[in-house]
Amino acid sequence: MVRLLTHNLLACHVKGCTSNNFPLQFQNVQIELREADFNADFLKNFLPKLEWKALVDSAKDLGDTSLPLEQPEMLDDEFLKNLHHVLLEIHVEEGSMTCPNCKHSYPISNGIPNMLLAEHEIG
Amino acid sequence: MIPTPDLSHLSAQDYEHVYEPAEDTFLLLDALEADAEELRSLKAVVFLEVGSGSGCVSAFAGKILGPSALYLATDINHRACDCTRRTGSQNKVAVHTINTSLTTGLHQRLKNSVDVICFNPPYVPTMSTEASEAQDLRGIEGSWAGGSDGMQVTNTFLEVVHELMSPTGRFYLVAVKENNIPKIQSRMENLYQLRSKIILTRRAGREHLSIVRFEHTTAPTL
Ligand SMILES: C[S@@+](CC[C@H](N)C(=O)[O-])C[C@H]1O[C@@H](n2cnc3c(N)ncnc32)[C@H](O)[C@@H]1O
Ligand SMILES: [Zn+2]
Repeated sequence: MVRLLTHNLLACHVKGCTSNNFPLQFQNVQIELREADFNADFLKNFLPKLEWKALVDSAKDLGDTSLPLEQPEMLDDEFLKNLHHVLLEIHVEEGSMTCPNCKHSYPISNGIPNMLLAEHEIG
Repeated sequence: MIPTPDLSHLSAQDYEHVYEPAEDTFLLLDALEADAEELRSLKAVVFLEVGSGSGCVSAFAGKILGPSALYLATDINHRACDCTRRTGSQNKVAVHTINTSLTTGLHQRLKNSVDVICFNPPYVPTMSTEASEAQDLRGIEGSWAGGSDGMQVTNTFLEVVHELMSPTGRFYLVAVKENNIPKIQSRMENLYQLRSKIILTRRAGREHLSIVRFEHTTAPTL
């Protein structure tokens, strides 16, 4: 399942593509919403590892505008609920992700992102 | 006792294409179980399994580290990714699966962030061409074909794993005698300042299996 959490950890790795290679941009996506167990500790643990702007922008691309542009200092319940939904409950089942720099396209099929490259593309 | 993950959803048909858990898998589970207390005390946030196959190891780790950690799993074989995802849901562990070679695509964002890494690689010595072909085919042959000394795939990962490990991070590697474990250990210490220990060994048929655990030389000893 490509959720926004996984997406926030993926960068293009085509040979020579080392800057402006993140975040990958969703194209032609099919989305499913699925409930996940809420766990505040998990969210708080993971928050420092997120690229916040990339998350907010990608959520917006998928039609969710519930997150603030800046990461808030106070982590209230409403914020954590929204973050939970954005990170874990939006599943991209089909589609692709395109590198903003070199335009390489990584397919998503059956909910699994395919980051494999052909031999000559490997950095 | 931590129960072995429920794999009843996987069939003989799945195992035609995906590695079926075997002695090597179970030795890795035993090593993780023996370290369970320490792993919990490290308060792991990110767990990563490379070459997850059936997903048995990731699901087991989920029982040790609990729901507050992130579980990432990669495999070069897309059917293995599918099995891993199903094994995650069957055992109520959210395993995020990525079809890739080793950790390419994740490496940039995961630098210095992974608390527990597991890799049960294709470790069987074969002709080098056989290993390369298996890597290209991305099927069941890639589960074992390890090329010269059985180290062809593992070596590529050993060059980068230190960059992924968090300051207290640990890396568990399955290896066999033919891989020349003492050589692996001294190379990792000299080149990447990773100290290591053989924490478990077992003989299974013709295989002498070991679990080698690595950590940064700067990490506190528990
Ligand atoms: C010995 S099996 C272990 C499977 C599972 N982790 C277990 O312990 O039962 C090795 C696994 O590594 C995968 N693999 C082989 N080469 C790989 C690569 N370059 N990147 C990622 N996975 C790879 C294989 O597809 C296979 O699933
Ligand atoms: Zn690129």
